Amino acid sequence: MSERLTRADVVHVARLARLTLGDAEVQSFTLELADILAHAHDVASLDTAGVVPTAHPLPLVNVLRADVIRPGVDRTEVLAMAPWAEDDRFRVPKILGETT
Amino acid sequence: MSAPTRTVVTVSTGDPGTAANIAADVRAGRRTAVDVLAQHFARIDAHEGDVHAFNLVLRQQAGEQAATVDAAVAAGIDPGPLAGIPVALKDNLCTRGIETTCSSRILEGWKPPYSATVVQRLAAAGAVAVGKTNLDEFAMGSSTENSAFGPTRNPHDHTKVPGGSSGGSAAAVAAGFASIALGSDTGGSIRQPASLCGIVGMKPTYGLVSRYGLVAYASSLDQIGPFAHTVEDAALLLENIAGHDPADSTSIDAPPPSLVAAVRRGRADGVPGLRVGIVEELSGEGMSSDVLARLDVAVDRLRTAGATVGHVSVESTKLCLSAYYLIAPAEASSNLSRYDGVRYGLRVSQGAANVEEMMANTRAAGFGAEVKRRIMLGTYALSAGYYDAYYGQAQKVRTLIIEDFRRAYQQFDVLITPTSPTTAFSFGDKTADPFTMYLTDVCTIPSNLAGDPAISVPCGVGDDGMPIGVQLLGPALSEAVLLGAAAVIEKGN
Amino acid sequence: MALKNGWELVVGLEVHCELATNTKIFCSCANQFGDEPNTNICPVCLGLPGSLPVLNHMAVEFAMRIGSALHCRVEPSIFHRKNYFYPDMPKDYQVSQNDEPINVDGYLELPDGFRVGIERAHMEEDTGKTQHMGSSGRIHGANYSLVDYNRAGVPLVEIVSRPDIRTAEQAKAYVAELRSILVATGASNGKMEEGSLRVDANVSVRQPGHEYGTRCEIKNLNSLRSLTRAIEYEANRQIDLREAGERIVQETRHWNEEDGRTSSMRSKEEAMDYRYFPEPDLVPIAPSAEWVAAVRDALPLMPADRRRLLSEATGGELAPGSDPIVTIVDQGLDALVLGAVAHGGDGRRAVNRVANEVVTAEQGARLNIAGFAALLVMEAQAKLTSTQAKAVLVEMMETQASDPAAIATARGFQAMDSGVAETLVDELIAAHPAEFERLRAGDTKVAGFFVGAAMKASGGKADGKLVTGLLRQRAGL
Repeated sequence: MSERLTRADVVHVARLARLTLGDAEVQSFTLELADILAHAHDVASLDTAGVVPTAHPLPLVNVLRADVIRPGVDRTEVLAMAPWAEDDRFRVPKILGETT
Repeated sequence: MSAPTRTVVTVSTGDPGTAANIAADVRAGRRTAVDVLAQHFARIDAHEGDVHAFNLVLRQQAGEQAATVDAAVAAGIDPGPLAGIPVALKDNLCTRGIETTCSSRILEGWKPPYSATVVQRLAAAGAVAVGKTNLDEFAMGSSTENSAFGPTRNPHDHTKVPGGSSGGSAAAVAAGFASIALGSDTGGSIRQPASLCGIVGMKPTYGLVSRYGLVAYASSLDQIGPFAHTVEDAALLLENIAGHDPADSTSIDAPPPSLVAAVRRGRADGVPGLRVGIVEELSGEGMSSDVLARLDVAVDRLRTAGATVGHVSVESTKLCLSAYYLIAPAEASSNLSRYDGVRYGLRVSQGAANVEEMMANTRAAGFGAEVKRRIMLGTYALSAGYYDAYYGQAQKVRTLIIEDFRRAYQQFDVLITPTSPTTAFSFGDKTADPFTMYLTDVCTIPSNLAGDPAISVPCGVGDDGMPIGVQLLGPALSEAVLLGAAAVIEKGN
Repeated sequence: MALKNGWELVVGLEVHCELATNTKIFCSCANQFGDEPNTNICPVCLGLPGSLPVLNHMAVEFAMRIGSALHCRVEPSIFHRKNYFYPDMPKDYQVSQNDEPINVDGYLELPDGFRVGIERAHMEEDTGKTQHMGSSGRIHGANYSLVDYNRAGVPLVEIVSRPDIRTAEQAKAYVAELRSILVATGASNGKMEEGSLRVDANVSVRQPGHEYGTRCEIKNLNSLRSLTRAIEYEANRQIDLREAGERIVQETRHWNEEDGRTSSMRSKEEAMDYRYFPEPDLVPIAPSAEWVAAVRDALPLMPADRRRLLSEATGGELAPGSDPIVTIVDQGLDALVLGAVAHGGDGRRAVNRVANEVVTAEQGARLNIAGFAALLVMEAQAKLTSTQAKAVLVEMMETQASDPAAIATARGFQAMDSGVAETLVDELIAAHPAEFERLRAGDTKVAGFFVGAAMKASGGKADGKLVTGLLRQRAGL
């Protein structure tokens, strides 16, 4: 992880994050992210052997809800907010990457 | 450049008075909520064009709410402890049927089908929502310059930033557009703008206030809290939004604490025997001299009121900034995935051959630069091969920070630091280099990582005449202690 | 089915089981199959900004039941976010359990006694449903898609087996057995046709004793028939590739029922970086020892235990994995058999009658247990022939009558006296000398001819077993 973040990393990460980036953005993110990560070196390089990670500041467990049906929201209200609804469902462009 | 203008109100004397005064008067029928609201709208009409605190002013709804409060009083029904108090809501709190944008193009026009728990509680307590306030897009920023709808200006000097991310809420209160306001604080987003705008702002203990309906930035750090002119008003607001919510799994299952009484006690009796620790790492290097001078004044006030004061080293605070800028973007990258153009908000279909491209184009068009930067950073920090070095390691550092603070709280009841290293800075001063902006949160981030409460209370002005706040930190659920001590500092103003 | 050229099949199965809760896993919307699109939705299961999940108590309870029934350790667990973009996933991440699942390290015992290891059985949320619109109705060639989020957030338990399965038949038996277990725990309705149970198969081949080969994950297995067909097809595809010296690509493949083929989906190696991290909106599950014990103690008998009990009721004459016993457990008719035995009926006879004549739970419900036992006793005492007993049994089920003796009397049934039977047999031998010679020569199939003739001559009163015994005696066999 000590190697510097590359342009290829940025392109890969943008794909994972579903962000279309222009060349200029790829360029600036490559520099900026590398810079921020360089600042994070103090954390990344710390000896933390035996330290338990904290995912959460609260020591709560077993927060559970009774299995009782309660009314949700009206679909007309929700579908009215959709960019494109059809036949009481959310319409999306065709999905790629399945059967070839 | 034209001479800076100011739009600040002083509430300790005259109209409209503190929030506590307003509620007491409205409940007793001495004033009407409609009149109180009119005073605030008059200020909005006069100055909102300069300040730009709001994304949306709820003129009609607020009028209706105020009339309902007055009708209740007339009918002999108590409208609640916040009766008739005009409150501003950060625009990342969901309001049913009312546009909630997070100051982002990607949510522009979105009307949630539900209201946040805190919004419901405010309404139930008789408060009157006057508007949705501007913020750094998705609460990512420290100056409100990252809003898609233009920046908010500091009411004390319109050439300066109000701080952020809750800059709109802080400015709305400072300018007298609302008596009190809600913000959210992930790394200082309440306390820093409170400090820069000369008002009180508090980040409660993680889990004290329900996050249900707060649009998430970094879920394990986000917490809703109050802005107010006075410590007592902050306590009053917090008291009425705190308490268990079954809709938030991370909500603390305990009755809400009694806070207003603690403020009154502090003001009347001082803080005899309170052990106050000055955090060495945050009270020297990197802080401007006028800020440090006001910190000394605050410490003196506490000492005079009976506190014992010492110095304490909390070494891991040096790691907080780095840990925060791994954890928060990582969580954000996941929290913001849902803005994909499928169910609500912006969709950019043009040029998209399939749903993947539609999503990527929508997100590219809908998110601003800082949001994209943090999504990229967080995605990278979580990605295969880097998780252990970055996100995993930051979580371990979080453990070290918590342990460090726990040790400090064995010696001290509260810790004190500046809230912000400097007074409000000018627009554009820190936008060129992201990391320079990040540094403004160095004092506030530790309590988010620890999950502990912290309050910023005004303590005079700096060399430039701009407000300076000091920050008090305490262990989990020490809100009453912090508010009592803050009241002592406030009393000296 | 053995594979060609000595190749060995290696299969691990991932079964997604929708839990039979009233509500979804993280919200209070109804968990209901088949409703109008987008009617069981709320801010949480739609992933609206600001919404937060709260875990369903019953989903945890069902998950623990499943784990206990599969002999797993129930462990403290947490939820993770599995991040990837897909329109049927409202948050564009799935809340699932990654490296700290609720159930670990168990096994499932097949009727024949073979144990398939269970690696884990973890909780997660289901996705919405996407319908691909266009000429083909399939994803390939679709013009656009429509999404319904009723299913989004339905609680799932994913049961991941170890790669212990070696034949397609074993895979089928595993799923059938797992289905019975899931239904027995009350955690699932077991309806594969409604997608309540969904199976993915990880298939590879190897030469025995060698390392595991590269595996492919086969999806869209909607029935037991698809499962066996797909595994066999995929195994042969991989063998052909390996024998041609080609490399198997680790990938997800789609089973196409009509073509009877698997085809490649997106390559798993490519973009599948799920960026798991602990879900910060949920807190850990740490069931107390008392809760775990209470769940375990409240479990009904599992199919394997029930088969064992039935086998014991036959005095071990029928194995737990024998067809009649498996049928009875599948149909939930054990109580009828065990009740009849308790009332003095013979176990083996009870098992055979129930498996062959009663067959379904619906039929069994019409049968009085004491009356059924009395019928078995009458048959054992040779008061009724086998054929007569069957007829009485059918009438008992039709009329829900409880007294077999009354039915037998009304029908004029009584077993033929042994003296009369001897006379009849001797008459038949005399009438058919050629057939009798064949019998004497050891052609035992001819016995059937004589039994049939005896039945015809006696109007069904002859006891087939008695006739056969007399014939064998006369023939000196």
